[in-house]
Amino acid sequence: MSKLETPVAGRVLSVTVAVGARVAEGDTIATIESMKMELPVEAERAGTVAQVLVAVGDEVDEGQVLLELA
Amino acid sequence: MKRVLVANRGAVARRVIRALRALGMESVAVYSEADAAMPYLQEADHQCLIGPAAAIDSYLNIETLLRVAREQAVDAVHPGYGFLSENADFAQAVEDAGLIFIGPSPRWIRLLGHKTQARETMRALGMPMVASSAVLEGDAQELQRVASALGYPVLIKPAAGGGGIGMLPATGPHDIETQWARARDMAHRSFGRADLYLEKLLEEPRHVEFQFLADRYGNVRCLYERDCSTQRRHQKVIEEAPAPGIDRAALDAMSTQLQTILGGLGYDVIGTVEMLYTPDTGFSFLEVNTRLQVEHAVTEQVTGVDIVAAQLRLAAGERLDAVLDSVPAPLGHAVQARVYAEDPVRFFPSPGMLKRFEPPAMSGVRVETGYAAGCRVSSHYDPLVAKVIAHAATRAGAIDLLERALSEFRIEGIKTNIPFVMQVLADADFRAGRVSTGMASRVVTATREPAQIS
Repeated sequence: MSKLETPVAGRVLSVTVAVGARVAEGDTIATIESMKMELPVEAERAGTVAQVLVAVGDEVDEGQVLLELA
Repeated sequence: MKRVLVANRGAVARRVIRALRALGMESVAVYSEADAAMPYLQEADHQCLIGPAAAIDSYLNIETLLRVAREQAVDAVHPGYGFLSENADFAQAVEDAGLIFIGPSPRWIRLLGHKTQARETMRALGMPMVASSAVLEGDAQELQRVASALGYPVLIKPAAGGGGIGMLPATGPHDIETQWARARDMAHRSFGRADLYLEKLLEEPRHVEFQFLADRYGNVRCLYERDCSTQRRHQKVIEEAPAPGIDRAALDAMSTQLQTILGGLGYDVIGTVEMLYTPDTGFSFLEVNTRLQVEHAVTEQVTGVDIVAAQLRLAAGERLDAVLDSVPAPLGHAVQARVYAEDPVRFFPSPGMLKRFEPPAMSGVRVETGYAAGCRVSSHYDPLVAKVIAHAATRAGAIDLLERALSEFRIEGIKTNIPFVMQVLADADFRAGRVSTGMASRVVTATREPAQIS
């Protein structure tokens, strides 16, 4: 199980994967809006989405876990 | 005009509050829940909470701002820059409420806010500009034909855009269609409309802009130019006045021509005409900003004119002659650095708590900021935390002074772009006045490559 964290604090603009989805390394899995910029969050390795911990519109802190990959 | 609502936050709110006080007018500041501890609020005569942190619920909430304006019985509204400063609906709502909007009338925002309409109007008045298309449907054949007729490279631009967002270059027939599709998606996401057009792309242009003040009686005056070529992601980082390395006679001829064009339009508020410049093509029109600019202070330093006070007095109905009897010749050179809360290498945002925040205090250096130690730089707002302006007799002297000031700026708790700005200020091309919009990214690339090799 690996955790995918947001590198910046901000608001979740989109989550592009759901539980059970296969992702490859480098896939964009979410977008965070911070300081009027949109920043893609990419998967650091391949895996299957085990759990999504945030929803669109949530405020997140730097380092907060967005989802878990199995 | 006796009591003014300042519908903004941070450095510009503080700047307007200061100007109001100097003119003996009362200020009403507004703040979101995230900004309750901001130090400038206490400098205003009154403070009103307008909602939660998200800008859409506070600084962009027209209904709430108008309610506060009514309750506080103000007679004017200053929108600052950003947020609602160029929003025609807000300007209209303020006017409909019987108040003075210290900014452009809705007609200027509508005319000049739409890029292709503004270009057509300006072209008809004799404004120099590079070739561009009308808004296109995006049909592949039409796109190929129009782009080839303009000549590659071309720039794909959103007609309703701003802030450099959603602009993409196309280098030839092979990538025009894919770049168009990308630009259309971005424009739709960012501006809610996907109107795009093509413009001939100038390679390595400089960004030179002319500052104007105008009154309601047909008088327009130019306060010289600024060079704002040092940018990252199409956003300005270093601005200076006067523009280095361009013949004064050419600059003066351009400002005189612009003054005639704006006068012909009946332009009646503060404004900045942004232009691109290359030695081969000369000046070409980019856009008109119908508000105070972030970089107004460099012009204030070299001319000695208080632009915000002038804007307030002109909005109150005074004549330009009374506010500014003559335009003084520029004295010395001023350079401004924008200090952003961001990673200096990747330009990633870096919000957080300011554990330490000690701006430099030295002769010839001016600092504009809304922050103090203990404040949180929120992810809800733009990353500008301070503007540092150095003014000296020569350009080299101003750059040296700015370097000294930035090296003494103590900020802890967030990352800032100061290391990046310092690299640019030390760069040989920048020092020699060989500035262009491509320069900053070259400086970054040059410093990053060795790190990647090792």
